[in-house]
Amino acid sequence: MCDQTFVAVTFGPCESCGLASPLMNIYVKTDPLNYCSFCVEVMACKGLQRGETLTSLKNESESLKKKLEEERVKLNDVELHQVAEKIEVLGALSLKTRRVLKGHSNKVLCMDWCKDRRRIVSSSQDGKLIVWDAFTLNKEHGVSLPCTWVMACAYAPSGCAVACGGLDNKCSVIPLSLDSNENLAAKKKSVAMHTNYLSGCTFTNSDMQLLTSSGDGTCALWDVESGQLLQSFHGHTADVLSLDLAPSETGNTFVSGGSDKKSNVWDMRSGQNVQSFESHESDVNCVKYYPSGDAFASASDDSTCRFYDLRADREVAVYQKDSIIFGASTVDFSLSGRLLFAGYNDYTINVWDVLKGTRVSCLFGHENRISRVRVSPDGTALCSASWDNTLRIWA
Amino acid sequence: MTIRNTLRDHGQRYRPRMACLKKAEKVVLEMQDPKTGVKSQPQRLVITTIPHAITGEDIIAWLADRFQIDAQEAKNLGTMLVALGYIYPIQDHKRLVIKPDASLYRFQTPYFWPAQQWPVEDTDYAIYLAKRNIRKKGLLELHEQEQYNRLHKWMNHKWDFIVMQAKEQYRAAKERKKPDRVVFECQERAYWVVHRPPPGTVSGMDYGLDRRIDPNGDEVKTPDYYERIMIFTQQSIMRPRVKSSVSIGALVKYCATYNSHDPFLSRSFPSNPWLTDDATYWTLNMPNVEMPTKMRVERWTFSFGELLSDPRGRNDFRLFLKKEFSGENLAFWEGCEDLKWGAAATMREKAEQIYKTFLARGAPRWINIDGKTMEVTVKGLKHPHRYVLDPAQTHIYMLMKKDSYGRYLKSPVFKDTLKKAICPEEHKFSDAQLEQNARTRRPSLSPIVLRQQEQELKAKMAASVDITQICRFTTPVPHLAVYSGISDFPSCNASPSLPFMANTPVCPSPISLALDSTSASERRAEPSEGDSDGNSGTRATVVGHVSKSRMALSLRRLLKRGCTPSNMFASLSPKCHSAAGTSSRIQPISPDQPSQAPPRRIGNFFQIKVDIPPECRIYPIESEDEEEENRSASRGGGVGAKEIICPWESLTPQNGTG
Repeated sequence: MCDQTFVAVTFGPCESCGLASPLMNIYVKTDPLNYCSFCVEVMACKGLQRGETLTSLKNESESLKKKLEEERVKLNDVELHQVAEKIEVLGALSLKTRRVLKGHSNKVLCMDWCKDRRRIVSSSQDGKLIVWDAFTLNKEHGVSLPCTWVMACAYAPSGCAVACGGLDNKCSVIPLSLDSNENLAAKKKSVAMHTNYLSGCTFTNSDMQLLTSSGDGTCALWDVESGQLLQSFHGHTADVLSLDLAPSETGNTFVSGGSDKKSNVWDMRSGQNVQSFESHESDVNCVKYYPSGDAFASASDDSTCRFYDLRADREVAVYQKDSIIFGASTVDFSLSGRLLFAGYNDYTINVWDVLKGTRVSCLFGHENRISRVRVSPDGTALCSASWDNTLRIWA
Repeated sequence: MTIRNTLRDHGQRYRPRMACLKKAEKVVLEMQDPKTGVKSQPQRLVITTIPHAITGEDIIAWLADRFQIDAQEAKNLGTMLVALGYIYPIQDHKRLVIKPDASLYRFQTPYFWPAQQWPVEDTDYAIYLAKRNIRKKGLLELHEQEQYNRLHKWMNHKWDFIVMQAKEQYRAAKERKKPDRVVFECQERAYWVVHRPPPGTVSGMDYGLDRRIDPNGDEVKTPDYYERIMIFTQQSIMRPRVKSSVSIGALVKYCATYNSHDPFLSRSFPSNPWLTDDATYWTLNMPNVEMPTKMRVERWTFSFGELLSDPRGRNDFRLFLKKEFSGENLAFWEGCEDLKWGAAATMREKAEQIYKTFLARGAPRWINIDGKTMEVTVKGLKHPHRYVLDPAQTHIYMLMKKDSYGRYLKSPVFKDTLKKAICPEEHKFSDAQLEQNARTRRPSLSPIVLRQQEQELKAKMAASVDITQICRFTTPVPHLAVYSGISDFPSCNASPSLPFMANTPVCPSPISLALDSTSASERRAEPSEGDSDGNSGTRATVVGHVSKSRMALSLRRLLKRGCTPSNMFASLSPKCHSAAGTSSRIQPISPDQPSQAPPRRIGNFFQIKVDIPPECRIYPIESEDEEEENRSASRGGGVGAKEIICPWESLTPQNGTG
C-alpha cells in the first residue's frame, strides 16, 4: 500500500448541486472537481456545445488518451522481469488431484470456498447448487434452482449462507441450515435484479452486502436484507464477465472484466471508474486481485493472462506461450502471490511464476473446459470447477 | 407446432469471440506445409485408399517439436485440434481425440473449419441427415434418427425443399470419383460430429452462453461517448502514480515475505490436510484458537492489515490496546467497518450510535481525530451514508497502524503471545497411517455452529467493554491525564529528557480498577506479563515502560522529520490558542483554559502518512490541534458526558453558540 500524506474526499456536498452524497473526483482540464455521480452524468450528456463536432470530440479524446499513455510511461523505469532476475527460481511443483467431487450432472460453472477452508459451494448448468465438505466429500446441501446456467455462486463470509444466480438475471441468497434435509430452495431470497444474466457475485466483507456483475454491462452493490440497490457501476460497454473485490482492509475498490476487452477498477463508494486497462485482444474472462491488493491479474479469451500494477498504473507482465492457443477462463493467486493458477479452455490448468513470467507446471485431469479455479482461503489447496461435471482439489 | 427455445435467454444473441480459432487455423496451416509440416501419405484402409492420411504419433511428435513441449501437452493440443474439427479421425470417427499410435487422421478442408461469425444452421444439418438417410436407406444411428425426426417436425414447412436438396447433393456426389466421394463424405461426417455431437460426448465447439452485446459490433458514437472517455481520461491523467521500481519492488517483496507461508511453496506444519488427510493443521489454526502457531503470529508482524484480518490477532491487539486504554480506536474502526458493510436498514442508527459513542464531545469512548476530518465527518452525518465515516476511519486506522501497531509489536502482550505460540512438529505418517487417515476423514463443525459460538463470545466481550467504559468514567480526572491518550506527551516541552516518567506511578488506583474489570481472557495473560517484567504485580511500572518506549519512539520520529523539538512546539503552541479562539461547531461552548499544559497526542504533532488506495483524489491532513484542546478541556472541566451533540438533532443552535 502506498504511503501518501493525504486523506480522501469521498463524501460531502457535491460542488455542482450541493447535495451531500458520495463524490467522484474528476477533472475539467486540470481543475479538480468533486461531483456526485448524477452531476457527472449530466456533464457527460450535455450534448454538443457550440463549436464542437463529433470529430473534434473524437480528436480531443484521442489526444487525451495519448497524454495518458505519456504520463504512464514517465514513471516506467523498470520491468517486472528485470526486478525478478535476482529472485530464486521456483522448484518443481508436485501438485496432484487429491479429491474429485462428483455430483453435478451438467457443467459446473462456478465454485467458491467457505472461510472454514474445507467447504465449497458449486453451481452448475442444470440449475443445481451443491454445498460440499470437500475434505470428506460429503454433500451437505443440494438445492435445485428454477433456472439453468447458474453462472455465479459465492459463500458468505460467515459460512451461514450462499448466493447464486445465472440466467434468471437475479442473485439469490440462500441461508444454510444444520438440517441437511431441509428444503433450502424455499428459503431462497432474491436480492439483486439485473436486466441480463448474472456473471459473477461476491459478498463484501460481511453477509449483508452483495456485489454482482451482469451481462447487461453493469456491476451493482446490493443490500441483502432489503434488496435495495446501494450503488451501480456503469462503464463497461459490453457484458461484464467477472469481478473481484479488493482484499485489503482499506480498499474500497473492486475490479471487473468484460467482453469489451477492458478491466476496470471501481471505487465502491462513489461508483466511479478510477482505472481502466485495455491491453487484451479479446474478452476478459476473469479478474483477480493480487493478495496484497496492489495489483491484479486477468485471464482472457486471447489465451493470455496479464498482470497489472495498480500503483504504477500499467500492465507489468503477460503470461503466454506459443503452445497455448486456447482462451484462459479463470485465474487465481497462491497465498504468497508467487503462483498464478490459470484455467484454460483446452482443459488444462497452467501454473505461472508471477514474477518471472515463466510457466512452472501444467495440470491435466479435467476432460472439458475449466470454468473456475480458486485457491482455498488458507492457501493449502486449489479447487477447479470444470464443464466435465466435476470439481477437483489439487494440493 | 411451435418449438420453444429451451434456453431462457434475455436477448443474448451473439456468439462470444473465439480468438482461439484464428490461432488454431495458423497452427493447422503450418502443419500442412509440404516441407515442414506433418508427413502424410496415402493409406489403404479396408478397401479404399485414403490420400494424405497422417498418423496420431506423427501429429504429436510434430507439435512437441514445433512448440518445444512434452508429449502429454502435445497430445492435449492435438486433441483440441481434433475436437474443433481441424483434424478428423478416420477410424474411430466419433471419438474426437488423438491417439499416440499409428491410427489415422486427415486434415479437414477449410470449408468445414469452425467459424465464429455464423452459427451452424439446422437446415444444413437436416439436409445432411436426409442425404445420409437416403444413402443408408433409412438406417440412421439412434441419435441421428431422433434428430432427424425432430427436425422433420420442426421444419415441416420446408421439408420438401430439404429432401430435394439432399437428393440433388446425393446425385452430384455419385458423379464424382470414388476416392473424392469417400473423402468428402468423411469430411462432412466429421464436421457434423463436431457440431452436432452424439449425446454424452464433449463438443469442442461448445462455447457456453451467448453474449448480449455483439462483440464485433461498433458502438454508436454519440457526443456523450466521447465526453465520458474524456472525463475518465482526465482523471486518469491526474492520478498519482508510483515509480515502477517502487511499486514492483513492493510486489516482489510481498512474495518473498509470504513465501514460507505459502503451502504450495513450502511445507506447512504439522502437515497439509489435503496431503495427509489429517485435519490437525486446521484445528491448530481455528479462527479463535487459544494458542496460535508461531507461523501465524509471525504473519501479524508483516503488516497491520494482516493483524486485523486475523480474528485471533485482532483479539490480541485489542487486549494490548485495552492495557493501553486506547481500545476505543479499534472499537471505532470496527464500528465503521460494521457501518460500511452492514445492513442498509440499520445504517442510520449505527451512524448515530457511533457518533454518540466515539465522536461527540465527551462521548464515552471519545476518539481523537483532527479538526478537518471531524468537520467533514460531522457535516456528513447530517445525511448519514455508509461511507460517511471513511475519512475518520482512515485517520484512526493510520493512527493505529503508525503508532499502536509498532508499540504492539514491542509490547509484552505480543511477546507473550509469541512466546506461548506453538510450533507443531511435522507429521511423519507411514503409508499405512496415511491410508488409515484417508479412511477416517473427520467431518468438522458446521460454520453455522461456529458462528453462533463466535457471537456468544462477542456478546460477552461487549459486556466486558461496557464495564471498562464505566470504569474510565468514574476514575478521577488527574489520572485521565496520565493514561487517557495513546501517547500522552505531557510536560516534555519543558524538558525533553523524559522527566514525565515520574508522573506514571502516581496513579495506581485506576489501574487496579481497570484490572478488576478486565475480562477473563485478559487476566489470563496477566501473570506471565508480571514474570516477563521481573516485577511482581505492580502494573504501574509496566505502563511506565510502555510510555518510555513511546516517548523514545516519538522523539525518534521528530528527529526523522528533521525539526528540533523546541521550534516545533514553539510553532505549534500559538496555533493552538488561536484555534481555541476561533472555535467552530466542534469546539466546546466555553473552553476552560487548562491550567497546565494539556496532554497531547502524537498523532497531531506529526503529520500522519496516510496509507490509502490511490484511487481517490485527496487533500492533505492538517495537523490541527483544536480537537486535542477540546478533549482535554472538556475532560478537565468534567462536563463531557452530557454534551453529546448529534448533528441531526440540534445542530444549528450549537453552531450559534460555538
